[in-house]
Amino acid sequence: MEEKETVSPVPEQKAVTLPPDGSLLLSSSPHIRTSLSINKIMGEVMLCLLPAAVMAVCRYGWNAVRVIGLCMIFCAGWEMLWCKVTKQAQTVRDLSALLTGMILGLNLSPLLPWWLCLAGSFVAIVIAKQVFGGLGQNPFNPAAVARVALLVGAARPMTTWAELPSAFAQMDGVTSATPLTAASQAAAQHADLALYNSSDFLKNAFLGNIGGSLGETCTLAILIGAAGLISLKLIRLYIPLAILGTITVFVWIVNAAAPGLTPGPLFHLLTGGVMLGAFFMATDYVTSPVTNLGGVVFGIGIGVIVCVIRIWGSFPEGMSFAIVIMNALVPLIDKFCYKRPFGWNPVNAYQPRRGEIK
Amino acid sequence: MNSHHLPAAPHHFAGGIHPADGKAMSASGTIRIPPLLDKYFLVIQQNIGIPPKLLVKKGDPVKKGQLIAEAGGPISVPLHAPTSGTVGDTLDIPGANGAPVPAVEIISDGKDEWCEPMEPYADWRNVSRERLLARVKDAGIVGMGGAAFPTHAKLSPPPERAIDTLVINGAECEPYLTADDHLMREAAQAVITGAGICAKILRISHVLIGVEENKPEAITALRAAAKGIRDLSVVPLHVRYPQGGEKQLIYALTGRKVMAGGLPMDVGCVVQNVGTLAAIADAVINGRPLIERVVTVTGSPVAEPGNFRFRLGTPVRKALEFAGGIRKEVRKLILGGPMMGFAQSSLDVTVSKNTSGILLLAADEVRQFEAGPCLSCGRCVEACPMRLLVSTLSKVCENERYDLADENYVMNCLECGICTYVCPAGRPNVQHFRRAKAELRTMKRKN
Amino acid sequence: MTNVILAALALAILGLVLGMLIGYTAKRFAVQTDPRIEAITELLPGANCGGCGYAGCADYARAMVEDGVSPAGCAVVSEENFQKISQALGQDSGKRERKVAVVYCSGDNGHARRVALYNGLNDCRAAAVLSGGGKGCRFGCIGLGSCARSCQFGAIELRNGLAVVHPEICKGCGKCTEVCPRKLIRLVSAETKAHVYCNSLDKGPAKRKNCTAGCLACRKCVKAAPDIFNAQGFLVRAREGAEISDELIASINCPTGALQSVADHLRSGKGKEGAA
Repeated sequence: MEEKETVSPVPEQKAVTLPPDGSLLLSSSPHIRTSLSINKIMGEVMLCLLPAAVMAVCRYGWNAVRVIGLCMIFCAGWEMLWCKVTKQAQTVRDLSALLTGMILGLNLSPLLPWWLCLAGSFVAIVIAKQVFGGLGQNPFNPAAVARVALLVGAARPMTTWAELPSAFAQMDGVTSATPLTAASQAAAQHADLALYNSSDFLKNAFLGNIGGSLGETCTLAILIGAAGLISLKLIRLYIPLAILGTITVFVWIVNAAAPGLTPGPLFHLLTGGVMLGAFFMATDYVTSPVTNLGGVVFGIGIGVIVCVIRIWGSFPEGMSFAIVIMNALVPLIDKFCYKRPFGWNPVNAYQPRRGEIK
Repeated sequence: MNSHHLPAAPHHFAGGIHPADGKAMSASGTIRIPPLLDKYFLVIQQNIGIPPKLLVKKGDPVKKGQLIAEAGGPISVPLHAPTSGTVGDTLDIPGANGAPVPAVEIISDGKDEWCEPMEPYADWRNVSRERLLARVKDAGIVGMGGAAFPTHAKLSPPPERAIDTLVINGAECEPYLTADDHLMREAAQAVITGAGICAKILRISHVLIGVEENKPEAITALRAAAKGIRDLSVVPLHVRYPQGGEKQLIYALTGRKVMAGGLPMDVGCVVQNVGTLAAIADAVINGRPLIERVVTVTGSPVAEPGNFRFRLGTPVRKALEFAGGIRKEVRKLILGGPMMGFAQSSLDVTVSKNTSGILLLAADEVRQFEAGPCLSCGRCVEACPMRLLVSTLSKVCENERYDLADENYVMNCLECGICTYVCPAGRPNVQHFRRAKAELRTMKRKN
Repeated sequence: MTNVILAALALAILGLVLGMLIGYTAKRFAVQTDPRIEAITELLPGANCGGCGYAGCADYARAMVEDGVSPAGCAVVSEENFQKISQALGQDSGKRERKVAVVYCSGDNGHARRVALYNGLNDCRAAAVLSGGGKGCRFGCIGLGSCARSCQFGAIELRNGLAVVHPEICKGCGKCTEVCPRKLIRLVSAETKAHVYCNSLDKGPAKRKNCTAGCLACRKCVKAAPDIFNAQGFLVRAREGAEISDELIASINCPTGALQSVADHLRSGKGKEGAA
């Protein structure tokens, strides 16, 4: 055989260090791992929410800091209390409570009293997460559940919106309305909806010059955060694109079939909690399907429910409800949208049936 | 027809990851030959199947390459002495997966004399395939990529399985390992000859050699050695772990999918590792049995990492000495690669026929993990090359519901380690699945 | 006022009609069972441990009444209830021998040598697949507590890396014997007063390297009491149910302390340091 062989020189008798006995770590393969961890992921998501939070503080000032800060502190506090009372190891260190608090805060009005923040945090952490067994076991998105509970239980404070320092000219007379409420009222009275489709209004909606909860209004900030999420490979685009696509198509069909019922698709995309919900809440790992196909089905469902609630329902805002309803269907979606293993072939004679051990 | 106009492997398998390479440490240089040792501890069972039967006893003189254990059955291969000297005790030494295994000690006399070789078949093309197959068995050759399945059994598929392609695994997708890379660079002719011998035994002509794109010198060397041979192509593969897994390799090169629970011969392919081919070539042309193999000794604590041609039975203690010892604190000693290798607790394990690498990981490269809850983030599901629902499997195995694990196809798991690598919660998925498979096999045996 | 009376009357009539319907259905579609099955199920402990081999106490009661299985299969039921069950079945089932589980190992963290640090699933069966979880002896207790977790009576304590069964709590159902991957746990008669707490078949020097409390098979005890102790290769076993008094143990003076009375093993974990 033609091989190149090199004989290494005989090593001099030098003392070669070897690992001492009993010091080696024994564990199963693989022996290298990614440097990702749960608190790193949560921290990165909070970083991507920063643009929206900063915009909220710029527009609403101290109230924004108060609401978001209180929600985060209370969420962490409830989780620490729960772990102490149930004698478990503290889990606040995985930062999921802080993230839930931040999202919840961004979903609320800046005028919300502190005790409602406390109650909302209680619902989010204790009722929607810890009671089910903690992180990873909850079927419903905690922030969405808390918002739904507050909307249903304390409707008046939840729909009291603050006046903007530089509000859109025709809106500042109505301090308690968001464009969504105004549009649904206008549609109910068969008024002209052209205002809500005008490019001026849409530009203001994109930049956040409209009323609404803390984090929802500035679409630009949310999109910057979403770009961060995608570039850090934290979310996959299937769910958000499915939601936004479904809303666009649905509203376009409704507008074609029954004009005057509701403003155009761009209005629905840019107002209310759609953007925040699509990128930050519906994509929550624990409560969304695990496969990509499942995610698309999930997104389509959310889109349909949001449109139905907004157009025909009695609530002007439907994103949180839609997320919670679809969360309930996620186990079913996962059951039907699973993957077949590599090489599975129903026609092949040698294929072992599911459940048969080979 | 030569291979130069073939594109890179046309098919992408789903999933897989691209971990940090780590190959730079041992990529340069040539294969080094260590000096002779005083004692070699040969593990008796170095193949899957039936262990060989020991023929020698304490005190017997042996020559290098002499038969010391004969095959114990059809799925078994013989064992040969790595050097000349005397047979010592039969004792238990730590095995690669922790349990003590019986081994025989060979005390070297320093002369390193070869025994009479088996008849060299320099003109192997005119030797019958039965004689070639018998030679493969008599030389004690097993799959050297890590599986250690007797090669003669692999090269004799049942007649009802029609084989038409020989697929050669030169991918070496595990990080840190470069043994196959160096072997292909330095012994390309042996690899091609081995491929030809296998093709003749299988009575086929279509041969595909898959080499990952990060080994350009190996591809060049193989193509140069394969010049003029019909129907043998060297195909560059996309760099992705586990490109070297059989099912993924076959899919990448031929587009055929081996079904869940099946074998490569079901789709008409036989897969061999390049190291096995080099050993086959040596056995057929020179009549020499398998007594040594190329092993990568690497890792940041190793003083002089590189590739060595170790004889079987070299203790890891001595292997590390040849590589210059360690220069910082070691936390893990791994036989094999970092993704699928076995962590060791003792330095007295020895090199066997399927040891492809000795890897040391420093204290700052290893973390002790505490498993967190499954977030259903889906990273494992996306990365699994066998397209299993890993998050579901992880949860049901944690709750010891092995019936549900079986329904979710846990028996198809390759144990490649990708799911555990990507998991942000640090869940020990591979350990869960290994245990699930062991429990399921026990349950099946009980019924 | 009439509305209230009408509403009350309507509800009362509805309740009456539905109640009669339920009563009729219960009588008409009643499943005929032997009343003895229910009576025996009440007498059984209700732990549903599966030690009898049946799917719970109700299933075992059914098997006893219908298939004539002996009630001696239940190790958990109290003696008084056992006699009552035998009476209900109309048979004399004799005396049951009470068994307890024993972990035949003395290798806690102070005595067993640790060859590697184990980092993985906190389960003995999982660690056994991965070269035994860190302790050198391949026959000994891995110490991660699968047996303790499988015991639904809470009879097994993990003391310093070694599983110890508390015989006063142990009911002898046998669950732990199935779970242990090293087959260390055996069910023996509750009367046994002392054991040789070692399971290793290794030769003396190799055993000594791995654990200072293992049985060296020096055969001191065999010479002292050949009818009680039986040496099998490199391990000595005590005969089950033999009378081994504390004086006998003291006079034998086991060099490693592998031979211990049950009380001593429970009290301190290890009474004697391994001899030099």
